[in-house]
Amino acid sequence: MTTTVNEPATRHAATMPRLLPAAPEDLRRHLARYGPTPYRGQAGLLIGDIEASGLTGRGGAAFPVHRKLAIVAGARGRKVVVANGAESEPASRKDELLLRAAPNLVLDGLQLAAEATGATEAHLYTHHGATTEILRALAERAAAGLDPVSVTITQAPPRFLAGQESALVNRLGGGPARPTFQPPRVTERGLHGAPTLVQNVETLAHIALIARYGPRWFRVAGTSAEPGSMLTTVYQPDGKCQVVETEIGTPLNTLLSSGPETQAWLVGGYHGTWLPLPHPAALTRDALTLDNATLGKYGAAVGAGVLAALPSDRCGLAEAARVVGYLAAESAGQCGPCLNGLPRIAAALAELAGPRPRRPVRADVERWASLVEGRGACHHPDGTARFVRSALTVFAPELSLHEKGRCSATNPRPFLPLPDGIPTSEDDWT
Amino acid sequence: MAKTMAKTTENRQTFKVNPIDCTGHGVCAELLPELISLDEWGYPIVDPRPVPPQLDREARRAVAACPALALKLVRRSS
Repeated sequence: MTTTVNEPATRHAATMPRLLPAAPEDLRRHLARYGPTPYRGQAGLLIGDIEASGLTGRGGAAFPVHRKLAIVAGARGRKVVVANGAESEPASRKDELLLRAAPNLVLDGLQLAAEATGATEAHLYTHHGATTEILRALAERAAAGLDPVSVTITQAPPRFLAGQESALVNRLGGGPARPTFQPPRVTERGLHGAPTLVQNVETLAHIALIARYGPRWFRVAGTSAEPGSMLTTVYQPDGKCQVVETEIGTPLNTLLSSGPETQAWLVGGYHGTWLPLPHPAALTRDALTLDNATLGKYGAAVGAGVLAALPSDRCGLAEAARVVGYLAAESAGQCGPCLNGLPRIAAALAELAGPRPRRPVRADVERWASLVEGRGACHHPDGTARFVRSALTVFAPELSLHEKGRCSATNPRPFLPLPDGIPTSEDDWT
Repeated sequence: MAKTMAKTTENRQTFKVNPIDCTGHGVCAELLPELISLDEWGYPIVDPRPVPPQLDREARRAVAACPALALKLVRRSS
């Protein structure tokens, strides 16, 4: 698997990419390209521009960024901002690449978010901890006296839920990275009780650009309802992985292979949705595009931008079963329905992925998927149920073959990436 | 009359389970089978609709009886 960056970044409107330079940039190059961090001089002032830009969170939930900013800005007392680069989705590589290629853009955004909310404490929470690029950027910025708020780095444990907002706050507070039941939201009561703004690192990089070029510049890219660009991690059927920055609303068939070598698309990662190929939308003029308004019609969402084209020589049920086995092992084990339901769903899917599954197993999976949905403290059971349901729908023809003791796959090699060895021990949460 | 009705509906409460605190004792479903059933693992499935007035007292009893303090009655909006 290779990860590469596409075209070099320029500051021209709607020219992609906006965030990713061709090669990692040190502070000198960053300042030459973008100039100094455009502080507004007062808390709250940037929020209007962010609202006008229509920026939504790029960590997966697509929540309007200005609303979180405004809640924390409006709170009293000590406040905290966190750059979330946990990237705990095993198929996503975009946050890691962004932190290596443009760490100063993320750190600009973190400082701007601190100023906008009036926060006096800043954290960077990452999958790989303090990498060379981040340490270098922080050291260069400190030497230049650029950052009003000092930044503490914490490494996220390699667990699927480690980047969930309340899990992140628990980890930064010294505890295990497990979600808690909300409300209160972390924007109201977060790290050590302080109102806490958690934003994905890519979101912060967009903030750094909106603060410089303005909301109108930002909205030149994307759709009117979902403006701007986003980083995607794209898997083609040959197994190649590429991080691509693209405008929201881009036709999916320009990003992902749709030829006979591809049997289905996975959109939105492991809490995402399988889409069949050829897709029914291709028969109409309503082309499938990378935005939530369009994908929502097919039960899908862009999530954190993981897109995969499953090759035709693999078994879709086997792929789904592997992923769901991982998701079940990644349950925090705190909520009864998730703790009990996910392993049963995973075992049943493993049976469906094999020869001659027993007849009632498919109905079991559907019943359990409904039983776990909406009954967790976090959205892990909901996302897992969505992934499972779409797999059963899209790979229904494959299931019919399995019931007859056959399988269409000619290549047994796993396709979708999972961490080596599924962690199961209790202390893996810190 | 219509106004009173509307106000009553607004003030209705719904059940909310804290799924982390809930350990599946099942006391709630025993006390209020009209609104709470148990899934196949013993965890409560609560009726998402507002608690009707005639069951207010039983609903409050179920909340008070939860050994894990995991069952709450909340205003609809929250």
